[in-house]
Amino acid sequence: MSEDQKDDGLISVFVDDKEVRCKPGTNLVDLVASVGEEIPHYCYHPKLSVSGNCRMCLIELGMPGRDRNTGEPMLNEDGTPKIMFFPNPAIACGTKAGPGMHIRTKSEMVKRCREGVMEFLLINHPLDCPICDQAGECKLQEFSTDYGKGYSRFVEQKVVKPKRTVLGPRVMLDDERCVLCSRCIRFSKEVANDDVLGFVDRGSYSTLTCYPGKQLENNYSLNTVDICPVGALTSRDFRFKMRVWFLKETPSICTESSVGVNTLVSSREGKIYRITPRRNDEVNDTWMSDSGRVIYKEVEDENRLSSDSSSGDLAQIHKYLESEKIAYVGSGSSSVEELYLYNRLSRTTRSVANYLVAHTQEGDELLISNDANPNTRGALSVGLIESLPEDQLSDLGSKIDAGDVDTLVAYNEDLTAAGITAEQLAKVDVIYFGTNSNATSEAAAVVIPTLTVFEKDGTFINQQFRLQKFLQAIPGLSGVADDLETFSQLLNHVEPDTGDLSSVQAVWAELSSEISLFEGQSFAALSPEGVALDGSTFKHLPFCEGKTLHYEPAAETVEAEA
Amino acid sequence: MNRQPKQWRPKPNRMELPTFVWVIIKAAVLAGVLLSISNLAVLGERKVSSWIQGRVGPNRTSVPIIGSIPVIGPMLTRLGLFQPVADGLKLLLKEDPVPDHVNKLYFFLAPVAAMIPATTTVAVLPFGQIITDGVSVPLVLADLDIGILFIFAVSSLGVYGMILAGWASNSKYPFIGGIRSSAQMISYELSMGLSILPVFMWANAPGVDSGLNLFSVVQTQQGAWGVMFMPVAALLFLVSIFAETNRLPFDMPESESELVAGFSTEYGSFKFGLFFAAEYAHIIVGSGVFVVLFLGGWHWLPWVPMHVEGLLGAALSIGVFLGKTTFIVFFFMWIRWTLPRFRYDQIMKLGWTMMLPLAVVNLIVYALIFALLDS
Amino acid sequence: MAIKEIERKPLSLAEKTYLPQIVSGLKITLKNIFRPTITLQYPEERPEIPENYRGVPTLVKDPNGREKCVSCQLCEFVCPPKAIRITPGELDGEGENAHVEKGPQEFEVNMLRCIYCGYCQEVCPEEAIWLQDVFSASGYTREELVYKKDKLYELGGTLPDNHYKWDKKKSAEEAGNAH
Repeated sequence: MSEDQKDDGLISVFVDDKEVRCKPGTNLVDLVASVGEEIPHYCYHPKLSVSGNCRMCLIELGMPGRDRNTGEPMLNEDGTPKIMFFPNPAIACGTKAGPGMHIRTKSEMVKRCREGVMEFLLINHPLDCPICDQAGECKLQEFSTDYGKGYSRFVEQKVVKPKRTVLGPRVMLDDERCVLCSRCIRFSKEVANDDVLGFVDRGSYSTLTCYPGKQLENNYSLNTVDICPVGALTSRDFRFKMRVWFLKETPSICTESSVGVNTLVSSREGKIYRITPRRNDEVNDTWMSDSGRVIYKEVEDENRLSSDSSSGDLAQIHKYLESEKIAYVGSGSSSVEELYLYNRLSRTTRSVANYLVAHTQEGDELLISNDANPNTRGALSVGLIESLPEDQLSDLGSKIDAGDVDTLVAYNEDLTAAGITAEQLAKVDVIYFGTNSNATSEAAAVVIPTLTVFEKDGTFINQQFRLQKFLQAIPGLSGVADDLETFSQLLNHVEPDTGDLSSVQAVWAELSSEISLFEGQSFAALSPEGVALDGSTFKHLPFCEGKTLHYEPAAETVEAEA
Repeated sequence: MNRQPKQWRPKPNRMELPTFVWVIIKAAVLAGVLLSISNLAVLGERKVSSWIQGRVGPNRTSVPIIGSIPVIGPMLTRLGLFQPVADGLKLLLKEDPVPDHVNKLYFFLAPVAAMIPATTTVAVLPFGQIITDGVSVPLVLADLDIGILFIFAVSSLGVYGMILAGWASNSKYPFIGGIRSSAQMISYELSMGLSILPVFMWANAPGVDSGLNLFSVVQTQQGAWGVMFMPVAALLFLVSIFAETNRLPFDMPESESELVAGFSTEYGSFKFGLFFAAEYAHIIVGSGVFVVLFLGGWHWLPWVPMHVEGLLGAALSIGVFLGKTTFIVFFFMWIRWTLPRFRYDQIMKLGWTMMLPLAVVNLIVYALIFALLDS
Repeated sequence: MAIKEIERKPLSLAEKTYLPQIVSGLKITLKNIFRPTITLQYPEERPEIPENYRGVPTLVKDPNGREKCVSCQLCEFVCPPKAIRITPGELDGEGENAHVEKGPQEFEVNMLRCIYCGYCQEVCPEEAIWLQDVFSASGYTREELVYKKDKLYELGGTLPDNHYKWDKKKSAEEAGNAH
C-alpha cells in the first residue's frame, strides 16, 4: 500500500490477512461478499437499515496498535504493524470499513460464536422442514449445515407460538419459525411506507404480529416473504404448490409497467409457479410489486388463443397484405425485436399509418410507473412510431371512415378498447396477432396466436432507456409459432430475400447495424442487468412517467406538466 | 418271400372290407399312434428335463370335463398329461409368419418332406407278434424282406426336409444348419450301416435265408439279445441313431446357442410343429429299431420264452416292445440333459476317424467269428 | 504376471473313449431325478418374504389413522427413474389434521418406472413411504400400474409409530407454554 494509491479515495481493509480495497464506510458484510467470501447473516439486508439483532455475523475485529505513550505504531519483531484484536467479537453488519482495519471471519472464536448463535436460533425452531415452503432456500437450513454444531443439547419443550396466521391477503405467518430478524418490519416501514408489522411480548415469547386492526396488504407485501430468511412468512399464492428445488429459475422482465422490474420466473416442466424479483440496483433493487407476481397466470388464461382457435393461415395473410390501404397497430408490450420486424413489415407493405396504443395507469412512485406499456421506448427506437402513443386511435377511426384504410393489422391490442367501434372494424379486413381473444380477434379475418413474454426470448427498453433482456422460461403453447417466426415468414413472402429473421440473434444482427441507438449491442452479450442506452434523441417527448424508485423524469417534462 | 402266409390278416368273415381299405385303416391307426406317442414324448422330454434339473415340469394345463373329475383330474393335470393337447393347439393356432425372403414352394415343402419319412419308416417296423396255432406272425404293416434297408433308405430322406428348410429359408443360420445336417447324416450313415451287418450275418445263419427281414432278427434273439454278444455294434448303432435323429449331443442342425434355431429359424406355428413332431417320430422309430436289432424285440427276458397264444399274447408282446422302446426314448432324453453339445469338428472327427474304422473292424471280427463258428 | 506352463496329463484309454465320463454323468442326472424338486408352486405357495425386503413402495398411516405423508416431495426429488409424482395440497386443519397443515392431494407411483431402489423410503422424513412385502405389481393397462393414493394406502396399511409427532404437537399446544 503506497501513498499515491490512497488518492483514489479507496482504503485498505484486511479480510483474513488479505488486502481488500474499498470505499470508506462500506458495510463489512458487503465487503466480504464482494471478494467472494461469506459472512452468514439473517437480519442484515443490503437495501434495509441495519438492526444487528440476529448476531450471526459476529467477526473478530482489529486495528493496527499504537503505543499509548508515544503514539508510535506498534510493530512486530519482523517489522510489520502489530494488530490489536478486540477481545470480544463484533457484528459485521453494524461495522463500517475503516482504513487499516483487520477482520477475521474464519477464526476459532468466530466459529464458536456462529455455532452458539445457531444453537440458540434452533432451540425454538420447529422441525417443519418437510412442510415448510422455505425449505431449499432457507438460510437457517443453509447456515446450520455450514456453520452449525450439527446436534442439539436442548431437551426441554419448545415454545409454542401461533401458526398459520393470516397477515394479509397474500401473506401467511408462522411465528414458531420466525427468528426475529425484523427484516419484514424494516421493509414495511422503510421501503413500502406501510408500517403495520411489529414484535410483541418479550424474551422467548417475542412474536411478530400486525398492528391491531391492520393488515399487511400493501402492493409490496410479498417482498417480506422474499426477504424472510426462514419460512415464517410465506406467500399464500405459492403456499404448498411446489418445492423450490424443483423450480428452474429464468431471468425475465416484468411487463407490468415501463419500470422494467427484473424478475426470476420459477417453473417446473413447463408450468410457472411463481415470480420473484431479481436484484438490479439500477432498476428495482431487490423488490417487485405483488401485482407483477401474478402476471404468469396469463399463460393459462382461459381466453388464451391456441392453435385450435386460430383462423386462417399465413398464406391468407399474404393476400390481405397486397392491399394498398393498410394500417398497422402495434403493442407496447411486444419486445424490441418483434416491433422491429413488425415495423419492417409495415414499411415493405407501404403502410398508410402505424399506431401504438398507450396504456396509462396511476403509478405508485415505487416500482409501478404511469406507463403500463413495458416497451413504449422500444417502439420509438425501432421507428414504428415517431411521437408518443395515444390511448384512443381516433385518427385511425377517421381514416377508416374516410375509406383510406381497408386492411388493418392489429398486434396484441384490442382495438375496440382503443376507440375503434365495431362498425369501423366491420368496414376493414382485420388481421390479428395476439395471445388472447377479444372483440378484435373475433372481428378478424385471420387470427394468428402468439406467445406470452414467458414463452420467448426478447428485450424491452424501460423508462430509463435501459435495454433489458428476458429469456424463455417455459416452452410455448403447443402449435403456436414464435412471434418472430411468424413475422419472418411474412416478411420473406413480401420481400423474398429478407433472410431468416426468426431468431432473436438474427434480428439483433440487423438491429445493431441498422439502428444507431443499438450500435454495438447484441442479445448474447447483453448482461443480465441490461445496458443504459442513450435516449437523448427522444428527450423532447413528454413521457408520462413520474418519479419512481430509480427514475426521475426529465426536467422539461416536469415543467411541462406543471 | 419264403415265409408266406406270415402276415396276420383278419378273417374275411369278420370284416367284409377290401384289402386296400383295411391297409389304409391300419396305416392310419399306426401313424396316429406314432404321432400321439411322439406327442407324449414331447411331454416326456419336458418332464424328464425338469426332474433332472430339480424342477416340476408342466403341471398346470387342464381340460374342462376330465380335469374336474375328483382325484383323477388333478392327478392327470399334475402329470401334465393335457399339456401335449395345449402344445399341439398352440402350434396349430398360432400366427404362421412366412418371411418375404423365402423360397415359398420349398419353404412349404420342407416340413412335409421332414414328416413323411419319419412316419413312413414305422411301416416295416415289427412291434409284436401273434402266435396262432404255434406259428408266430409278426405284427407289422409291411413285413418286407428288405426291412432294415427300407428303414435306412427312407429315414435318410428325412435329412432332405432339413436341407430344404435351410436352403428355402434364404437366411444364414438355417443355411448353415442345413449344411451341417447333411454332412452329419452322410458321416454317420456309414458307420450305422456297417454296425448292423453282423446282426444280419447272425440272423442269416447257414440254412436260414431271412434276408434283411426285421422279424427274423427278433426271432433269433429268443436266447441271447444282440446287445449281449455284439456290444460294440450296439454302441455304434446307438451313437449313430443319436446323430441321425439330431439329438443332443449331436444336434448340429439346430444348435440354438450358435445358430438361433438352425434350420427351423424362420419357421413358426404348425410348420415348426411338423419339424418338431418329425424329430420325435424319428426318435421313437430309431428306438424301436434298436430294440428290434439289439434288445430282443418283444421277448421279455433273454432265454426265457413266453409263448402265449392269441390276442393276449399279441398284446403282451406289444407291451414288452413298447416298454423297451420307451426306455430307449427315456435314454435319449437322459443323455440330452446330461451331455453338452459337441463341437462341429469333433462330430466330424468322431464320425470319420473313430466310428467308421471301429465299425469296419467290428464287422471283420464278427465275420471271422461267424465263419469260424459255422465251419 | 509370469506364465506357468502346465503339462496336461495324457488321457488314459478309458478316458479317450469318453464312455466312463458319460456314465458318471448319467449317474449324476439319474440321482437328480429322484431328488425332491426345489420349485415353488407360486400362486399356491408363497415365498417367505425376508425382513427388510424391498417390495412395492406403499404409503402408511399412523396408528391414529392419519396419513403420515406431508407431501414434502423429497421422494419425488430423489427418485432415480422419476416414478413418483405428488400434487401437494393444504389440509383443512380440522380434527385429526389440526397440526399437520400439508398433505398429498394426489400421490402417484408409476410402477412401470419404479426400480425398487428404496431411496424414497430412505429419504422420507416422516417415515411415510415404505417398501413393504408386496412383490407382484401387475395390471392389464398402463394406467392401472400407476398406483394412486388410495391404492398406495391400501397396500401400505398401518405401521407402528415411534414418534406420534402430531400428538406431541397437539399436547404442546394444549399445554400452552405460550402465554
